Amino acid sequence: MLKQTEGSHAVAEAVALCRPEVVCAYPISPQTHIVEGVGELVKSGELRNCEFINVESEFAAMSVAIGSSAAGARTYTATASQGLLFMAEAVFNASGLGLPIVMTVANRAIGAPINIWNDHTDSLAMRDSGWLQLFAETNQEALDLHIQAFRLGEELSLPVMVCMDGFILTHAYERVDMPTQAQVDAYLPPYSPRQVLDPAEPVSIGAMVGPEAFMEVRYLAHAKQRQALERMPAYAAEFKSIFGRDSGGLLHSYRADDAETIVVAMGSVLGTIKDTVDEMRAAGDKIGVMGLTLFRPFPSAQVRDALQHAKRVVVLEKSFSIGAGGILATNVRTAISALPIDTYTVGAGLGGRAITKRSLHALFRGAIQGKLEFLTFLDLNREVVDKQLAREAQKRRSGPIAENLLRDVGVVAAKIV
Amino acid sequence: MEKPFAITLDPGSSLANRTGSWRTYRPEYLDRLPPCNAACPAGENIQAWLFNAESGDYEKAWRSLTVNNPLPATMGRVCYHPCEGACNRQHLDASVGINSVERFLGDEAIKRGWKFVKPEKQSGKRVLVVGAGPAGLSAAYQLALLGHAVSIYEAGPAAGGMMRFGIPKYRLPRDVLDSEIARIVDLGVELRLNTHVDDLKQAMAEGRFDACFLGVGAHIAKRAYIPAGDANRVLDAVSVLRSMEGAHEEEMKPLLGRRVVVYGGGNTAIDVARTAKRLGAEESIIVYRRTREKMPAHDFEVEEALQEGVMMKWLSTIKEAGEGELTVEKMALDENGFPQPTGEYETVAADSLVLALGQDADLSLLGKVAGLVIDQGVVQVDAAMMTGCPGVFAGGDMAGNDRTVTVAVGHGKKAARAIDAWLRGGKYEASPKPEMATFERLNTWYYSDAPKTVRPVLDIIRRQSTFEEVLGGLDETNAQFEARRCLSCGNCFECDNCYGVCPDNAVIKLGPGKRFVFNYDYCKGCGVCVAECPCGAIRMVPEEN
Amino acid sequence: MSYQPISFYQTGTFTVGNRLLAPDERSVQAQVKRYNSLNSGHRACQGCGEALGARYAIDAAMEAAHGQLIAANATGCLEVFSTPYPETSWQIPWVHSLFGNAAAVATGIAAALKVKGKHDVRVVAQGGDGGTTDIGFGCLSGMFERNDDVLYICYDNGGYMNTGIQRSSATPPAARTATTMAVGAEPGNPFGQGKFVPAIAMAHDIPYVATATVADLRDLEAKVLRAMEIRGARYIHILVPCPLGWGTASGDTIKMARLAKETGFFPVFEAEQGVVTGVLPIRKKLPVEEFLRPQKRYAHLFGKQPKVDVIAKLQALADRNIRKYGLLGEEH
Ligand SMILES: Cc1cc2nc3c(=O)[nH]c(=O)nc-3n(C[C@H](O)[C@H](O)[C@H](O)COP(=O)(O)OP(=O)(O)OC[C@H]3O[C@@H](n4cnc5c(N)ncnc54)[C@H](O)[C@@H]3O)c2cc1C
Ligand SMILES: Cc1ncc(C[n+]2csc(CCOP(=O)(O)OP(=O)(O)O)c2C)c(N)n1
Ligand code: SF4
Ligand SMILES: [Mg+2]
Repeated sequence: MLKQTEGSHAVAEAVALCRPEVVCAYPISPQTHIVEGVGELVKSGELRNCEFINVESEFAAMSVAIGSSAAGARTYTATASQGLLFMAEAVFNASGLGLPIVMTVANRAIGAPINIWNDHTDSLAMRDSGWLQLFAETNQEALDLHIQAFRLGEELSLPVMVCMDGFILTHAYERVDMPTQAQVDAYLPPYSPRQVLDPAEPVSIGAMVGPEAFMEVRYLAHAKQRQALERMPAYAAEFKSIFGRDSGGLLHSYRADDAETIVVAMGSVLGTIKDTVDEMRAAGDKIGVMGLTLFRPFPSAQVRDALQHAKRVVVLEKSFSIGAGGILATNVRTAISALPIDTYTVGAGLGGRAITKRSLHALFRGAIQGKLEFLTFLDLNREVVDKQLAREAQKRRSGPIAENLLRDVGVVAAKIV
Repeated sequence: MEKPFAITLDPGSSLANRTGSWRTYRPEYLDRLPPCNAACPAGENIQAWLFNAESGDYEKAWRSLTVNNPLPATMGRVCYHPCEGACNRQHLDASVGINSVERFLGDEAIKRGWKFVKPEKQSGKRVLVVGAGPAGLSAAYQLALLGHAVSIYEAGPAAGGMMRFGIPKYRLPRDVLDSEIARIVDLGVELRLNTHVDDLKQAMAEGRFDACFLGVGAHIAKRAYIPAGDANRVLDAVSVLRSMEGAHEEEMKPLLGRRVVVYGGGNTAIDVARTAKRLGAEESIIVYRRTREKMPAHDFEVEEALQEGVMMKWLSTIKEAGEGELTVEKMALDENGFPQPTGEYETVAADSLVLALGQDADLSLLGKVAGLVIDQGVVQVDAAMMTGCPGVFAGGDMAGNDRTVTVAVGHGKKAARAIDAWLRGGKYEASPKPEMATFERLNTWYYSDAPKTVRPVLDIIRRQSTFEEVLGGLDETNAQFEARRCLSCGNCFECDNCYGVCPDNAVIKLGPGKRFVFNYDYCKGCGVCVAECPCGAIRMVPEEN
Repeated sequence: MSYQPISFYQTGTFTVGNRLLAPDERSVQAQVKRYNSLNSGHRACQGCGEALGARYAIDAAMEAAHGQLIAANATGCLEVFSTPYPETSWQIPWVHSLFGNAAAVATGIAAALKVKGKHDVRVVAQGGDGGTTDIGFGCLSGMFERNDDVLYICYDNGGYMNTGIQRSSATPPAARTATTMAVGAEPGNPFGQGKFVPAIAMAHDIPYVATATVADLRDLEAKVLRAMEIRGARYIHILVPCPLGWGTASGDTIKMARLAKETGFFPVFEAEQGVVTGVLPIRKKLPVEEFLRPQKRYAHLFGKQPKVDVIAKLQALADRNIRKYGLLGEEH
């Protein structure tokens, strides 16, 4: 059924259609509307057979989710930003225990400085947590990915994070096609846990594992996660057969067949990028787009296939590993490392900075012209940072004069660095 | 269920981890010797029979008791219960009333008509027992149980020895004694009354006995030289008490008069004084040369006598017995605690003077027995109660200076077992005594607080005028309560503590009556069970390697 | 002539079992076929009070739940010694997630059971004092406040033992730990700090709060059984001496718990809906010194010159407990 609704609400409804049995709620922008929505559905009686628990923290939210999932209940929660980090320990734990919890992350920057606006730092901080991470481009996809996430997670017995851009998607009123309960039921079988806390068949879940077996445990987690690379496309196909639309999968290329320049990105920014690319195509530029839906496990082979004919790849990411550079870009670069492709890392939209078509035009143009540096920041206010850097350089304690002199002539530099 | 590798484990699988290898000390169960048992001259396994009484299995308790002593109803009245003096519970509140429970069991047995079980096989050996006092009865009982043909030759007209002809009725009703003796006789013991053995060798030869046990007691009253004007009025305690029994037709109730003085400080003196009171004496005075603390009589008996109006004159000796009065010299204790004359005299009005100065044994029957050694009137025996003459054993008052019914019973038992061994050509070895269950071995935290049960006492008027039994017995409720005050020193009473307190579940409970065993596969040797065993029935021993 | 009542059982209910009691009056631990929820082969130190307390408590809960019990366990000694791969000592469905979230995990389990209609399956959460009074306190308070149907059991051994005996908010004053060494002007754990979570639990007005020690099994079991009769959030705080952390002989574990109770150092009571409903009275009051002296963590109080002032302060704490909870019983 088509309807005009807020992204958060669309997700809440979709989650409800998945018949979650336990939902843990804790407020944090821009996720809050989602759990509010689910809560209302539970309270009104529309979503039956569901325990909606107002917990005291995100750490508790994930912990409650761990308990309920281990006891065999389909479990959902949502968070963002500080909340995700607050529950970080439990996030790792949920995947270590192999519990198919589904969690929406309404992506938001991490403080300090505290900032409520969108970027991907939060989810990407959890990229090694063992969770599957799906990134939605649109509200429709966000909605669809939640349904697929339950299917995928429960099949693999692994938790899944559905990432959607805070505010940009969560708070946007868009038209979505809301599936029917029958469709969802046809697609998503009832949760049948791989392992469950059950007095009839007692087991101890969560043993302490020492060096003698820990590596193997980690390897097996990796192998298991990688199974998603086959499942995701299959589930997307099945999804299409029931719901009649393309949604999910590993990645989506757009006008990339003959592209010399391919822009790689995740999430809602893909829309703006595609618009820009359309305009540049119209101007004759051989430019295309590759949008990544599945970030974890990282579909390296498929990324390589999608990018192999490009001359250059511009990875535009809403995340940034301070002191190192891109995160998505590093993953992409590794995937295509054997290919003679120039890869550019562009930090963009951090803390909610608007990503405009105008800036993108300039960015892509620069890349095509070979003028782009390998690591840049879209619309960085150079003036501000330069001034600050200059101020700091002046104020910085200069240390003993003799040493400064030596440093100037380069004698101790090697030792210092 | 699909269990993820290493993270999810099968229940209880740690059994594969034998933590017993950590141990440097191992716990071991043992039975330590309870102090009551150690103190019992009859060798009763008191803790064991209390254990049965605790659960209300009185017959089992009685059977357990009578393994060592066939006279519980009697003992429950006359025994001076050294067991209670040794009882560990006295350090908590008061000793367990062992004696009262014993009496309850004995009375219960009489009431219910419990009998001893005759042995299945007879040995074919014949044993003579001389004297039907407690020593003789005990020996006869044990020998009969061991399958020997036993004959008791008793000089007197009834069995019981001093239990009958010494101990007054108000302490030991005769029907009680009669029932317990009858039960022994019922085992097939031949009891020949009015049969004084004058010549042991002859008696043995005539009766074709293979061995004999002597328990002739000590019946000849000791006398002190007291110049007496009217000798008729000076009597001896044993005769007085004996005549109370009217054993011989010719013996009349003694005529003691209104004012009776008893000379001596032992239990016999007390018994006579109390008897005199009951016979109507207005004054019954005990004269003793030392202080109350030094009196050999038991304190509770002195107390009872005082309650009944018996008077005491301590630190006094009788110098002369005149017409209707006695001359008494006051004594004073010297620095060593011995009484010394002071030269101060007084007179005490008295219609009669009863001497209670102890008894000697009449050993004339032993004249022709070779090898037998008598030292200061006491027949010498070895550790197995055998005299210098092989096959002739002795016990009771004649064979020791510790003269009580209980000692006599113990002697009789021990001698019987030794006779049995001797008849089989062996030598009796007492089983080695386990280590003591001292108070320090106990963890008394675990016992409920419970004061000793007081036995009912006859009211004072009837005590002064009748020979009714003074001390009552316990009813079932009280007897069981009293039994349950037992701390079960040194012996497992299945409180389940070790089973419960083991942090490693390394104690296996075998079920009622079967106690516990350690599972050394898992016992880490922490010692919590030892510390928390209430009764000290576990010890730690170093592991060998 | 006063006759004693027949209901005298030699040891009453002080011992674990008592052959004189009717079988249904005996303790859970006395049963030949008890659950042994925590099986042999675990790797707790010799004489570990926590291992003992856990079996006591969980077996009782199992009894109450007719074997239908699931446990969530915080990180700590209990977890580490019971479930090192490849073996677990638990015979019940059991999950360990993290150090600070046992209460929340249990909430989740309870929610799942509720939604699945498994009303007969009950949930316990358990953890050490660190996992309860410190790092897990937020989750615990949340669980209380929501009145989730969970029995939380804290095994208080007075410190972070698993990580090598560091101070927790349940470490008593003056105790030496690896982070409150017996050095300086005020050796050991400072006075005036720490918290008593049972009282805080009561402030949540939850249906049931109790304290217990491994020295009074029957009391402990009665409390677990009582707690299991109730639905909603329940809290039992069990003192479990740690031979390693306290520096006591491995055989003295129960004795130490007993001394803690008999000196008033650790009050044993129960409360319903925030109101104290009963105390386990001191049987033979002892000076707090008797509790302190056997412990190496207090050795600095008993050198050549005993720190009488510090001992007096600890005695004052015990005395305060005695007054506050009426530990001397009714006649006092
Ligand atoms: C007044 C009094 C009160 C006592 N009160 C207690 C008490 O309360 N508790 C306690 O434990 N002890 C008490 N005693 C001591 C106790 O009675 C004796 O120690 C005990 O009876 C000794 O037992 P026995 O078998 O050795 O000798 P006896 O009891 O003296 O028995 C010896 C028997 O051998 C018989 N006999 C002797 N010579 C011959 C022979 N030649 N041929 C055949 N038969 C013979 C005697 O007739 C007698 O029946 C008391 C003693 C007296 C005198
Ligand atoms: C988040 C976190 N912080 C710290 C630890 C380290 N840690 C593991 S167990 C433990 C101590 C546990 O103490 P307590 O809860 O009192 O249990 P005990 O070991 O004393 O039984 C600590 C600090 C951890 N595992 N997780
Ligand atoms: S350190 Fe303490 S709590 Fe931990 S296992 Fe050892 S005794 Fe038990
Ligand atoms: Mg602790």
